[in-house]
Amino acid sequence: MKRNAVSRKLVLLALFVVGLTGVLGAQSLLGSGASFPAPAYTKMFDEYYKATGVKVNYQSIGSSGGLKNIQDRVVDFGGSDSFIKDADFSKYPAQVVHIPTVIGAVVVTYNLPGNPKLRLTGDVVADIYLGKITKWNDKAVAELNPNVKLPNLAIMPVYRSDGSGTTFNFTAYLSAVSAEWKSKVGNANSVSWPAGQGAAQNAGVAGVVKQTQGSVGYVELAYANQNSMAVAAIKNSSGMWVDPSLESISAAAAGAFPADTRILLVNTDAKEGYPISALTWIIVYREQNYGNRSREQADQLAKLLWWMIHDGQKYVTSLDYATLPAPALKAAEAIIKSITYDGQPLVK
Amino acid sequence: MNDRRFNALLGFAALVIVFIFAGFLFTLVVQSLPAVKQEGAAFLYGSEWNPVTTHFGALPFIIGTLMTSAIALVIAIPLSLSAGIVMGEYVNSSWIRSILNTLINVLASIPSVVFGLWGIEVVIPLIRKLAMLVGAPPYGAGILSASLVLAIMIIPYMSSMTREALMNVPAGLREGAFALGLTKQEVVTGIALPFAKNSIFAGILLSLGRALGETMAVTMLIGNATRIPTSLFSLGNTLASVIASQFNEAASDVHRSAMMGLALILLVITMLAGWFGRSLMSKGMGAYGK
Repeated sequence: MKRNAVSRKLVLLALFVVGLTGVLGAQSLLGSGASFPAPAYTKMFDEYYKATGVKVNYQSIGSSGGLKNIQDRVVDFGGSDSFIKDADFSKYPAQVVHIPTVIGAVVVTYNLPGNPKLRLTGDVVADIYLGKITKWNDKAVAELNPNVKLPNLAIMPVYRSDGSGTTFNFTAYLSAVSAEWKSKVGNANSVSWPAGQGAAQNAGVAGVVKQTQGSVGYVELAYANQNSMAVAAIKNSSGMWVDPSLESISAAAAGAFPADTRILLVNTDAKEGYPISALTWIIVYREQNYGNRSREQADQLAKLLWWMIHDGQKYVTSLDYATLPAPALKAAEAIIKSITYDGQPLVK
Repeated sequence: MNDRRFNALLGFAALVIVFIFAGFLFTLVVQSLPAVKQEGAAFLYGSEWNPVTTHFGALPFIIGTLMTSAIALVIAIPLSLSAGIVMGEYVNSSWIRSILNTLINVLASIPSVVFGLWGIEVVIPLIRKLAMLVGAPPYGAGILSASLVLAIMIIPYMSSMTREALMNVPAGLREGAFALGLTKQEVVTGIALPFAKNSIFAGILLSLGRALGETMAVTMLIGNATRIPTSLFSLGNTLASVIASQFNEAASDVHRSAMMGLALILLVITMLAGWFGRSLMSKGMGAYGK
């Protein structure tokens, strides 16, 4: 009896494995990388499977891992929250291209008695994270918020302890607006924080901020919205106070847009744009005939990318990601059209 | 014939372990070389850990590791020894003993991420209140929180080793002592504990090894700040917690290599602690040796 049950389980397992390889065979694509767009990608790929029967498997292992995997050519596409620097292109065996997919934002959240709505400038946020502004009733904060009664409470900055694209974009913004930040701390996935406390992931930062009165942290917009956290309006480079919203984030990418799409949106000069907005990209090889790739596989990939920047866009707003505005979309289209197999464009 | 085969099998198994360890050490040394070459000895005593300028010094993490483990031991030793003595010497009813054993075993099998969550929800708010009472910055997270939870995590190991050690004291010794008119307390402190002290010490060492390398719970509770901790309420980082936090997204090769270096330091510290303990133990083998 017992042996019967065991062998039945084994057969089921074998069937499952066979089924899995079937799925991963002809009609499937594999990608890995950034975790920030992962919820949007999961939703998109689910819809894509329903519409076309093509299964897309995306592993959210972080941007560095995604770039490493595309370098090693073990995936069809990599996902990254930061674009590849000029100096790093030589690490890739062939030319790679960047296709922007969605836009997100980093928001400044805080925990203050009475839950007031705050306005902050990049300078002030930088000085808080530099440890120079240590009290909420500091003149620099009070001047920006004349209508808020600020308490005499210590400010406790909270940052991401794990390396992340969120930290990359947040420190990119602080470097853009504060010379002192740029020289003392700089901009990377993880930096040497002069003040404050670290916590893992968006959830960790949000958790500490919720627990600790007087704390201030930075998380992704989607995370702040879904947990209804207090979010500061930030002054952009045109002097406008901008709340992070899907419109203001999308607007950040509506200005001049480079043909290769490699642009940091932070401190945007778009008038209505939220200043800590960020693109995320999918990275693929321009020439798709490499390794043992079939023309069919390359076609599937090009079709998927095209779908993601067009039909796919309507699935992301409900997850608090902003869609690509016209200039970004146009640049992305041109790049997908430049992807080839044996020199033949895959999309016309 | 059979014997020879058995010996060969044993020899092979032993060699495999040696090879695994050698390969492990080799990988760590080779992979940490770029960072060590760049920093030189400053990799050990430097206090700057900056992925942006790619300067890496491990001192804050070495201190964080030693500090949390030491404090955890200070908290855990008296508690575990008393728990072990109670279970090994004073509880006669077998069902009470089995309840206590079960509880200890359950405590030992709780995954460390659960300890971390519990620490965030329970320990951190408590420590925050304490910090505000004494006028320290009210982070809540930090060295003390991490050490407290570490202590709770190692108590089951230490106390069950103590219990086992005491239960291995030969009955004849005890009976002789009682026959000579010693009280229960005298038998415990004068006969049983000295007899068992080597095994108890081994238990403490095992626990120290666990504390030095504990990753998840510490990462969640220590505050993840690259600064040399100056007080119980300071935020910090341990060797293991930095690796856990930063390895996945290390952007530069030197950064990744520096973390391999941290792993090497952790390995050496753990080995040194074990070696130091064993040498202490063999010195201590005198009157009550074997």
